[in-house]
Amino acid sequence: MTAALRVMVVDDEAPARTRLRDLLGDLASALPTQIVVEASDGVDALEKLEAAEIDVALIDIRMPRMDGIELARQLGRQRPAPAVIFVTAYDQYAVKAFELSALDYLLKPVRASRLAEALRKARQAPATTEAIDRAAEQIAPGGRRHLRCSERGKVLLVPIAEILYLKAEMKYVTARTGEREFLLEESLAQLETEYGERFLRIHRNCLVARSAIAGFVREHESSDTDSEGHWLLLLRDSTERLAVSRRQWPQVKAAMEG
Amino acid sequence: MASIRENLQALRLPDFCNLGTWLRVLLAVNAMALAAAGLLAGRFEQWLLQFSMTAVYVEPTTLLSLVVLYASQRWLARLPGVLAGMLVVLVAVGAGSFCAALIAPLDPEGGGRSWLWSALVAAVLLAWFDLAVRARSPAVTEAKMMALTARIRPHFLFNSLNAVLGVMRSDPRRAEAALEELSELFRVLMRDNRELVPLSEEIALARQYVELERLRLGDRLSVRWDVEACPPDALVPPLMLQPLLENAVYHGVEPLPAGEVVVRLARQDDRVLIELTNPCPPQAIASSGNHMALANIRERLLLFFDIEATLEAEQAAGRYRVAIRLPYRRRNVL
Repeated sequence: MTAALRVMVVDDEAPARTRLRDLLGDLASALPTQIVVEASDGVDALEKLEAAEIDVALIDIRMPRMDGIELARQLGRQRPAPAVIFVTAYDQYAVKAFELSALDYLLKPVRASRLAEALRKARQAPATTEAIDRAAEQIAPGGRRHLRCSERGKVLLVPIAEILYLKAEMKYVTARTGEREFLLEESLAQLETEYGERFLRIHRNCLVARSAIAGFVREHESSDTDSEGHWLLLLRDSTERLAVSRRQWPQVKAAMEG
Repeated sequence: MASIRENLQALRLPDFCNLGTWLRVLLAVNAMALAAAGLLAGRFEQWLLQFSMTAVYVEPTTLLSLVVLYASQRWLARLPGVLAGMLVVLVAVGAGSFCAALIAPLDPEGGGRSWLWSALVAAVLLAWFDLAVRARSPAVTEAKMMALTARIRPHFLFNSLNAVLGVMRSDPRRAEAALEELSELFRVLMRDNRELVPLSEEIALARQYVELERLRLGDRLSVRWDVEACPPDALVPPLMLQPLLENAVYHGVEPLPAGEVVVRLARQDDRVLIELTNPCPPQAIASSGNHMALANIRERLLLFFDIEATLEAEQAAGRYRVAIRLPYRRRNVL
């Protein structure tokens, strides 16, 4: 007998969560499960996951604060990533995206036999993060809306739109917003692939939001005014200046002119 | 509303109580006068002069005819179509002769055969209105009406069924009540929705719908009804309030942890105001669903009330607002 599957149920509607709980109870003899987390939206789920581990997440799509698509993207970046099963009442658009990416999903009202089948499949061959991202990109293009950061057991969500720049320092990447800095557990290279449209690389260790760029000034070595010097980037709404590397300067210039 | 059951052969009179009819009549009559003036004038410079001379007869005749027809609308509507049509022509002839007689002392040369012109124009217009009505009715209007009859979102149906299943074991009575409400809602959806219904019925239906949504959303949904100044007997298109509420809940409450929808129904002189406001979620993605529902209601208003009903939608101060104004009609008056 295998260990009970640890399940998370995320739905903003209480009766929908009850329904899944009832069904999992009914299936228990054939397929032992244990509901470890019950959450009412994506943010709630991520907060509760700080203190719990799960194997499978049953996720509703339309939810306040953070929807199921965004939550699935966040879960895909967790190690180990739980298997994700979407649950939806009626969303032809999302269903089409799931089918194109061969993702499993459940339709409300959920039936016990379908739920059992989906759980078995999730245990044997869970959907890959890439497949989830691909479907998510079709439903809500532009990558994740938030970067996740843990601080003393609390989840902080940093809205992508508020980030001025991302900087790699030692082991961590810091995200700088107008208010403060956040430590992220992601690599700069990954972030650049995900948000290539929004951020511009100005240095080996720095990505800047295109919308935050106010201009550039050239700084000369104090002793030698004849040298070419190097370029500093000025930020909108900040007095901070960021160094543009000599290697990136041609690309930065081209991007700003284009 | 016209229906398939009515006799196809009968001549259909326009609704003389409708502002749209008046506008169309005035436009058509003036267009004809302008064309006639062009023919009579021969030269371009004299065209306007000729038109203004014709207008002296045309405008009072048209307005007088319309006023008389407006007053006798209810009485005319009871007569068989062709007889009523002949009476309309007679009214125009009477108005034409009367106006000509009034103007005669001022313009001894003009005004000849104005009774004949009036009769001709009235007959042409009647034929035109009849044709226009036929072109979109009855089959076309009926089909349009059926297609436009508001449909409940599948999203709502399946979520509600799921919620009923969710409370089935813990609260069987609540589940029973919900299924009763759901069947009531569908009974209304599936009935013949081509006649105007009293506003009170619409309110009752909308309240049932809110009860169902409360099963799913619990305290997250609050609806404030401001119906003190509402005439319960006002006739409105069926299934208009419920889809508006459904829209408000789907776009304005579901994406938020909690939200309030305010429904205001009031009589303003001879008009009925139906107004809904709901919060605008910050990341609201302008979905086509909302526009579809509004476009649908707008078209049905047009079919029921022509240009006498208006629908406006706007976003202000973080809330989304839809306001519909209809003429105040009651069953016994219609």
